[in-house]
Amino acid sequence: MAGISLRGVEKHYGSVRVVHGIDLEIAHEEFVVLVGPSGCGKSTTLRMIAGLEDITGGEVHIGDRLVNDLPPRKRNISMVFQNYALYPHMNVRDNLGFGLKIAGQSPAVITERVNEAATILGLSELLDRTPAELSGGQRQRVAMGRAIVRHPDAFLFDEPLSNLDAKLRGQMRAEIKKLHQKVKTTVVYVTHDQVEAMTLADRIVVMRDGYIEQVGTPMDVFNHPVNTFVASFIGSPPMNMLPGVIAGGQVRLADGTSVPVPHRLTRAVHEGQSVLLGIRPDDICPVGHGLGETAEGTDLDLTVTLAEPLGMESLIYTSVAGQEIQAKLYGPRIVQPGEVLSFRLALERAHLFDATNTRSLEVF
Amino acid sequence: MTVAMSRPMTAPTRPLKKRAQSAALWFTTFLLMVIMCVPGLWVVLSAFRPNREILAKPPIWVPTEITLGNFAKIFGFGAEQVGIPVTSYFMNSMVIALTSTVIALIIGMAGGYAFARYRFRFKGGIFLGLMLFRAVPGIALSLPVFMMWSRLGLIDTQMGLIIVYVSLNVPFTIWLIDGFFRQIPMSLSEAAQVDGCTRWQAFWKIEFPLARSGIAAAGVFAFLTSWNEYALASQVTRSTDSKTLPVGLMDFTAQFTIDWAGMCAMAVIIIVPALIMTFLVQKHLIAGLTFGGVKG
Repeated sequence: MAGISLRGVEKHYGSVRVVHGIDLEIAHEEFVVLVGPSGCGKSTTLRMIAGLEDITGGEVHIGDRLVNDLPPRKRNISMVFQNYALYPHMNVRDNLGFGLKIAGQSPAVITERVNEAATILGLSELLDRTPAELSGGQRQRVAMGRAIVRHPDAFLFDEPLSNLDAKLRGQMRAEIKKLHQKVKTTVVYVTHDQVEAMTLADRIVVMRDGYIEQVGTPMDVFNHPVNTFVASFIGSPPMNMLPGVIAGGQVRLADGTSVPVPHRLTRAVHEGQSVLLGIRPDDICPVGHGLGETAEGTDLDLTVTLAEPLGMESLIYTSVAGQEIQAKLYGPRIVQPGEVLSFRLALERAHLFDATNTRSLEVF
Repeated sequence: MTVAMSRPMTAPTRPLKKRAQSAALWFTTFLLMVIMCVPGLWVVLSAFRPNREILAKPPIWVPTEITLGNFAKIFGFGAEQVGIPVTSYFMNSMVIALTSTVIALIIGMAGGYAFARYRFRFKGGIFLGLMLFRAVPGIALSLPVFMMWSRLGLIDTQMGLIIVYVSLNVPFTIWLIDGFFRQIPMSLSEAAQVDGCTRWQAFWKIEFPLARSGIAAAGVFAFLTSWNEYALASQVTRSTDSKTLPVGLMDFTAQFTIDWAGMCAMAVIIIVPALIMTFLVQKHLIAGLTFGGVKG
């Protein structure tokens, strides 16, 4: 049983603070994804858990042990690096067995565990090759194999898929998920790719500038972002943000266009308040080409500036109150620039954010 | 069809031009190699010829008589002997070059690793200082070194020369080894530490084997520098206690004569270990140059 617990964890480089007192409880066998833009402190946080960076302040516990001052080798974790970090002068077999050998395991045990990991990851045929003779995906699998042979308390993944091409990334994402289902170990996974975060995580931790912005299940973070940063970071294409002012139960946009305040938020706003109306492209669709019935909506006639057909759907660029927004059209229909279509905004899934502090006005 | 027809038309012209180019290239290479190699070859050739043939005018290009007499002479075998203690010089050279190389490599590995992996105050300044020190011509240091060594009693000792060579070689070994460690991703050492190694184990089991080619290259350069150095050695050595082979070469020049045959024989003795050394680590030198291709 090993969860991971971060209590007020800080990291400073001289006078520069990169992580500002993070608190996070990761349960045993949980798959947690730290996600955020570059420089948000997610990798530093992971490296502090691994012991590869000193912890300036706060405490890191793995299981029931305080590990602040333990070197990486005493933390019983394993890590998959962005560049795989396979030992180039060893073949796959030795790469996999290296940790066990260092730990002084008998050759019989090493062989057994290496074979077991190789079978799980489909590496049995490659054991005698060197890393230079492997493809990107195979190297990635060896790196994961090296992580699982030691039966660690936790796996740490540091952007493991960012060196792969898009197709392989999709495959490996699925393999990582399967691997987690098989070996059932606590996982902390760092990525800047919100798709990886959404698809892999039991819980997502969205970080920015060394702070945690939001922690929650993927659907929770997607459906109830706490601020505009999370709202635009999670979800692709990003959520549209339209500035406006509350006037007579409506959000009045810059050009005077009015959009009703979503029902569930009517009590959260007050007259004259500056807000940002957040609405995802999937929730702005030409009438009859949406994701289904909208319980609560409003229609706007908008001119298409650009359409990107993707087969069964098209991404449509248009503008509201002088601001470019993205919308979706579901179903195979050709749209030309300049066409005026009636778009329905699904307000039950729209969000309102305070324009001054960018916080969501939703009451949780 | 068109492709098949157009081929025979262009085929004769292009290879001809290419062949001419390649011939010109080889000829130039050959010329350059001749210019570079002839003096060396002449030395080797002369080492196996009697003095009268070396001094013959006009020169005898193809030796008529091959002899090992020159070697026998300088090592004190045979009828004719030269009063030069070549064996002592050889031993001095070996001891001094090997010891200073080993020390320079140890310091170079520690220093190179530190520069490649750690952040510390004045890092850039110290590194630049080392490089600038290397830029000072050795001979410019000979007087201060001579004065210091004479006060410290290091004149005419192997230790004295070893210290000089270590200080000459360390900047270079640090610079070279730093470059090799820099090429090894940090994450390899980190992965090894996560896998259960101490930092020390991670160095010896992962980083050292990967940088071995570079370290070997640095070792060869350091050895050759020490082995071939003449200017400083001629200042701080006096007798068979410390004189090295290059300095010993001058023993063959007397006031009115130069024993070219003996000198050339000794030059061959100087060249051979350097050649063997380079040959042995050749594989590593090449591996060192192509290291980037095998990064994990």
